[in-house]
Amino acid sequence: MQSLAWIDYLIMVIYFAFVLGIGFALKRYMKTSTDFFLSGRSIPAWVAGLAFISANLGAQEVIGMAASGAKYGIATAHFYWLGAIPAMVFVGLFMMPFYYGSRARSVPEYLRLRFDEKTRGLNAITFAAMTVMSSGASMYAMAKLIESLHIFDPVMQSLGLPRSWIFHLSIVVSALITLGYVYLGGLTSAIYNEVLQFFLIVAGFFPLVYLGLKNVGGWSGMIESLEAKGLKGFGHAWQGMTNAENNPLGVEWFALAMGLGFVLSFGYWCTDFLVVQRAMAADSMTSARRTPLIAALPKMVFPFLVILPGLIAVSLPTPAAAPANAEAGGLGANEGHAPGIGIIPAKLTSSGEVEVDTNGKPVLDYDLAIPNMLLYYFPTGMLGLGLTALLASFMSGMAGNITAFNTVWTFDIYQAYIKPQASDKHYLWMGHFATLFGTVISIAAAYIAAQYNNIMELLQLVFAFVNAPLLATFLLGMFWKRATAHGAFYGLLSGIVAATIHHGLTLPAGAASGVKGGWAFVAHTYRNEMAQNFWTAIWAWTVCFVVTIVVSMLTRPRPDDELKGLVYSLTRHDVDRTLVWYKKPEFLGVVVVLLSVALNLIFR
Amino acid sequence: MNLDIRTPIGLLFLSLGGLMAGFGAVTHFTNPDLYAKSLGLNVNLWWGLVMMAFGAAMFYYGRRGVTAPPSDQ
Repeated sequence: MQSLAWIDYLIMVIYFAFVLGIGFALKRYMKTSTDFFLSGRSIPAWVAGLAFISANLGAQEVIGMAASGAKYGIATAHFYWLGAIPAMVFVGLFMMPFYYGSRARSVPEYLRLRFDEKTRGLNAITFAAMTVMSSGASMYAMAKLIESLHIFDPVMQSLGLPRSWIFHLSIVVSALITLGYVYLGGLTSAIYNEVLQFFLIVAGFFPLVYLGLKNVGGWSGMIESLEAKGLKGFGHAWQGMTNAENNPLGVEWFALAMGLGFVLSFGYWCTDFLVVQRAMAADSMTSARRTPLIAALPKMVFPFLVILPGLIAVSLPTPAAAPANAEAGGLGANEGHAPGIGIIPAKLTSSGEVEVDTNGKPVLDYDLAIPNMLLYYFPTGMLGLGLTALLASFMSGMAGNITAFNTVWTFDIYQAYIKPQASDKHYLWMGHFATLFGTVISIAAAYIAAQYNNIMELLQLVFAFVNAPLLATFLLGMFWKRATAHGAFYGLLSGIVAATIHHGLTLPAGAASGVKGGWAFVAHTYRNEMAQNFWTAIWAWTVCFVVTIVVSMLTRPRPDDELKGLVYSLTRHDVDRTLVWYKKPEFLGVVVVLLSVALNLIFR
Repeated sequence: MNLDIRTPIGLLFLSLGGLMAGFGAVTHFTNPDLYAKSLGLNVNLWWGLVMMAFGAAMFYYGRRGVTAPPSDQ
C-alpha cells in the first residue's frame, strides 16, 4: 500500500499554478468582447487544433474510453476512427467556410443568419442548459472518483476535516480554479490550458501504456492473456460486425456506421459549439479549416493512449481475494477484492457485498481501469504526474463547457432577447458575469446529480432527443439553398418528437421500462443501450431530414442574395494560392482519411 | 495575442521534468525498491529527462516566435 508523497502533491501544485498563471498573463489582453469570447480570432491552427480535441477529452472521456476498452476491447476505437475522424474531416473541409466565413460568433448565431430567430432560440436555449448540466455532471463524476480513490485522505486528516468532505472540497476547488482562469483570460485562457492539458495527458499516459504492454508481453501477449480469460475478439474492431449477436458491442454494421459514424458523430463534431468554438477562434479561414484536420491526427492515435490501458487492466493476472483495505486508509478503491477481472474490481453495494446482476454474475467497476492502472504501475513522482493529468482532463472539459456557455448566453440569449443594443463593454462585463453564474449553476447541477440521480439522467435524455436531429438541419441549411426557416424549425421539432417516440417504444434488453425507454409500450427490444441510442439517433435524423424538405417545399424560399456566404452553392470558394501544397486543408484531409482507413485495416 | 503558448508549456515541462528527474536520480540510490512496480525501470529519471528535452524545445521555439518577425504562416 502506498500513499502520495510530497513530490506528488508538488507536481499538482506546480501544474495548477501554471494554469492560473496563464489566466493572469492573459488578463491584460481581454479588452473587447471579441477578445474574451473569440480570442480576438487570433489563434494559430495547431493551437486551435489541439484545443479542439482537448475540449472534448474531458475525464469522462478518458475514464469512459478505458472502461469500454476493458468491457468491449479494441472495438471501442470505433468511437474514434468511425465516430470522430470522418466528421472532423467533413467539418474542416466543407462546413468551416460557413461557420468562419459568415462571421457568426456562435453556432446558434449561424442558425439565425441562415434561418430565423425561432430556430436560433430553440438551439441556443437548449444548448446553454445542456452545457452547464454536463459541466455539473462531469464535476460530480470527478468528485465521486476522487472520493472512491482515497488519494487525498491524508490531506483531509491533517486539515482536521472529516474524510467525506473530500467530495465537497473537490467540487469547490476544481470549480474555483476553472472559474479563475476562464474569468481572467476568457476563451484564450481555456484554449491555452487545453493545449497544456493535451501534452500533460500524453506525458502522463504514455509511460503507462509502455509499462503495461511491456509487462503483459506486448500486443500478442495481451491478446493471449485475454483469450485465456475467455475474452475473444478483443483485438479486432470489425470482426463479427455483420450481426449484432457476434461482436462485443452488440450492434450490427449498419447501426454502427449510420448511427455512430454518421448521425451521432457528425452531429457532435459538426454542430456542437463546444468544439466548433475552438475553430472559430482561429486566426484565418485556412487555419479554421485546418483546425479539425490537425486535431484528427492525434485523435487517431488516442485509442492507444486511453483505450489500451483498459485492455491491459483486464489482461493482468487477477489478484487473490484480500480483506477490504480501503477503510484502513490504503490507496485504491476496493483494491484486492475478488471477484474481478485483472485489476478491475467488482462493484460493492453500500453494505460491502459484491454487487451481482440478474444472472448472478458480479458487476465490474470498469471506471476504475485507468485509476487502478496508475496506482499499479506508477511509483511516487510519476504517480503524481499521472493523477495530475487525470485531474487536468476533468478541468479542461469543464472549462470548455463554461466558455461555450458564456458565449451562447451573452450573444444568443442576453443580447438577442434581454438587452439588444448595449455597448461592447457591457457584453464583456456580461461574459464575465455569465462565467461566474455558469459555474454556480454547474456546481448546483453536480449536487442535483449527487442527490437525485434520476433527474440528471432524465435531463440528459431530453438533451439527447433535442440534439439528435440537429445535424439534418445544418446539412440542409448549408448545402441546400431551398431549405427555409419554417422547414428547419418544424423539421427540428418533428425530429425531437421522433426521438422521444422511438425511446418510448423500445427498451434495451434487461432494463426496466422508464427512464431507459419503453414507457409507452415495448414494441422492440435492443441488445443493449448503445444499440438503442444509435437507432434513436437514426430515426430522429431521418424524420427531421424528411420533414424539413417537405415543409421547405411548401413555404416561400429566401432570395438567393440573402444567402450568400451561408449556403454552399451561393458562396465563392476562394483558394489560397499562397499556401504550399502540403499546408492545404484538402491535402491534410486526404492524409487523415488514408491513415484512418489504414488503422481500421490493421485492427480489423 | 502576445503570449506564445509554447513558452509556458516549455517552462511547465522543464520544471516538472526537472523535478522528476532529480527525484529519480536521488531515489535511484536511496530507495531503488520504489521502482519494483514500474518493472525495475526508473521512470522518474528517464521520463523526467524526456519531459525536460520536450520542454526545452518548446521554450526555445516559444521565445524565438516572440522576437522573430512573423514567419510564412
